Amino acid sequence: MVARVSATISVKGLKKFYGAKAAVDDVSFEVEQGEFFGILGPNGAGKTTTLEILEGLREPDSGELSVLGLAPWPRNPALLPRMGVQLQASSFFERLTAREQMRTFASLYGVSAKRADEMLGTVGLADQADVKGEKLSGGQAQRLSIACALVHDPELVFMDEPTGALDPQARRNLWDLLRQINADGRTVVLTTHHMDEAETLCDRVAIMDHGKILELGPPAALVRGLDHPVRISIESGLLDVAQARALAVGPRAAAPGVGVTDDGVSLTIATHDPAAVLAGLVDRHALAGLRVQGATLEDVFLNLTGREYRA
Amino acid sequence: MSSTAFRSLSRAMFLGFITDRTALFFTILFPVLFLVLFGSLFKSSGTPRISVLEVGRVGLLDQAEAAAPAQLAKVLAISHTRDLQTALADVRKGNYDAAVQQQGRTLVVHYSIADQTTAGIVQTVFSSIVQQADAQQAGSKAAYQLTTAQVENKSLKPIQYIAPGLLGWAIASGGTFGAAITLVNWRENKLLRRLRLAPVSVGTVVLARVGVAIAVAMVELVVFIGIATTPYFGLKLSSFWWMAVPIVACGTLAFMAIGLLVGSFARSQQAATAVANLIILPMAFLGGAFVPLDFAPSWVRDVSYAMPLRYLVTGMQDVMARGEGPASALPAIGILLGLAAVLTIISVRVFRWDSV
Repeated sequence: MVARVSATISVKGLKKFYGAKAAVDDVSFEVEQGEFFGILGPNGAGKTTTLEILEGLREPDSGELSVLGLAPWPRNPALLPRMGVQLQASSFFERLTAREQMRTFASLYGVSAKRADEMLGTVGLADQADVKGEKLSGGQAQRLSIACALVHDPELVFMDEPTGALDPQARRNLWDLLRQINADGRTVVLTTHHMDEAETLCDRVAIMDHGKILELGPPAALVRGLDHPVRISIESGLLDVAQARALAVGPRAAAPGVGVTDDGVSLTIATHDPAAVLAGLVDRHALAGLRVQGATLEDVFLNLTGREYRA
Repeated sequence: MSSTAFRSLSRAMFLGFITDRTALFFTILFPVLFLVLFGSLFKSSGTPRISVLEVGRVGLLDQAEAAAPAQLAKVLAISHTRDLQTALADVRKGNYDAAVQQQGRTLVVHYSIADQTTAGIVQTVFSSIVQQADAQQAGSKAAYQLTTAQVENKSLKPIQYIAPGLLGWAIASGGTFGAAITLVNWRENKLLRRLRLAPVSVGTVVLARVGVAIAVAMVELVVFIGIATTPYFGLKLSSFWWMAVPIVACGTLAFMAIGLLVGSFARSQQAATAVANLIILPMAFLGGAFVPLDFAPSWVRDVSYAMPLRYLVTGMQDVMARGEGPASALPAIGILLGLAAVLTIISVRVFRWDSV
């Protein structure tokens, strides 16, 4: 595969070793302009190292790499103003207010204080302008950190686990902001281990483990590709297990993961033939508490990376 | 190097410092408390009684003593000696405030100007003794004469070594802790990495930090001089005291370089604090900051040559209190700058942007 000039990021055969261990092992992908690209993986999969190589913080041991048509390593001053990097929420100057943080970062890029103050409004922190960095809530600190990464209006934005330790409301709130950043025409690359986040935000995701990309594509395509049975649940007591099993008698009734379970609260039918099962439930008027769950990116992820716990 | 970036970084760091109460306390208030405490403890109390060495027989002094023994005893403590050279040596060392001898009708007073208050009292007391003697001999043409001779005093009054000593310690610990903890914190909270990703040179960041540290050290210098020169503490600055400004600047550089090295190795703020304490505290005792080298055992004086703090403290003492010329500070400045250069080179080699 020849790297195209049009790609915002082009990576080919990237390798990075820590000692004998390959943190990034022969990784290749491209990110198009304006794309929202996610790198997914369990802890230690190599996604942060990959991101750091793209940002120019680490030198790859081998492989071809081009970011906005330039080489990020060694530290490339021509590239730095064109990309924004959001690090952890705590990467601030000590004891400075949100406004002072913004203005300081702005000045590093030669951006005016006025623009810095506007950016604070864009991320919804106008009311917290005089609050010190340390006193901001998790979500607010994350927003400030994103604002600092965007203050110089970069074409390309990198984010390393932007919603790390946020509560569900703050995460959703932040997702809106991230969508908006992407909608403004910027290319966004983020790492995450939240499947729902990748599924809802990313145009394409790369699932990594042990330094390799295991799967790459739009989340919906990856989920379809998994060919996972659909799980249909109703309240317990409407049907017994034998009746339920009789509903799912399609050609793949014996495929892995298919079957009927009843835990006393819900009766769940896992099937590759949801249409027949649903029709059967309608006929028997057994629809109370109906839930239909397709596979999610999480299923794709767990299918690829295994279910065993890793410390 | 962008000057906007430099200014805003300096501003950010300075704001960060002045809003940090703990840092403010330990860099400025704590040393000042020490200054006030030690300055008061070692201050000679009450009106100074002048100790005078009477060399040979001084008729005038004996007359005055006979006329008003109680009054004179309040101001003068008189001891006797025969040898002028020993007497002058005693004055030079600060054991006595003045030596007096009579040559015919001339009263010769040798005194030291190390302490200007005492020197003033010596002059006033003896000129009044001479005037009284003249008054008693009214009519007689050949009046008594008073001649004064200054003896250079090499000894220092407590405030003269306490102020530069504690200031040196304040600057040493401010520089070392400031640089080490800034580096470790910025590495830990990834600000260092964030700055590396901004189009601003490492030099700009370092210069801004050094600039702020020197500004803080100058504030310390001003506060110390301001307090020590109040009449209560009575520090008299000698002519070339302003040479303390470059010495303080170079001392800040040297101790920041020590902090930079500590911060390059230390993996946490706690480790950095512990190591910096381990360096600064013994140095404060062995480098003449807490214990004046004049009074220290000889092995401490020998060891002190290996202590960077020694050069900062003695350099300041020489120009602020001992009245030495600007050139006397050059060796100290050279040693401090040399140390700063060597340690910075080592630090750059072991520097890590990231904790891993």
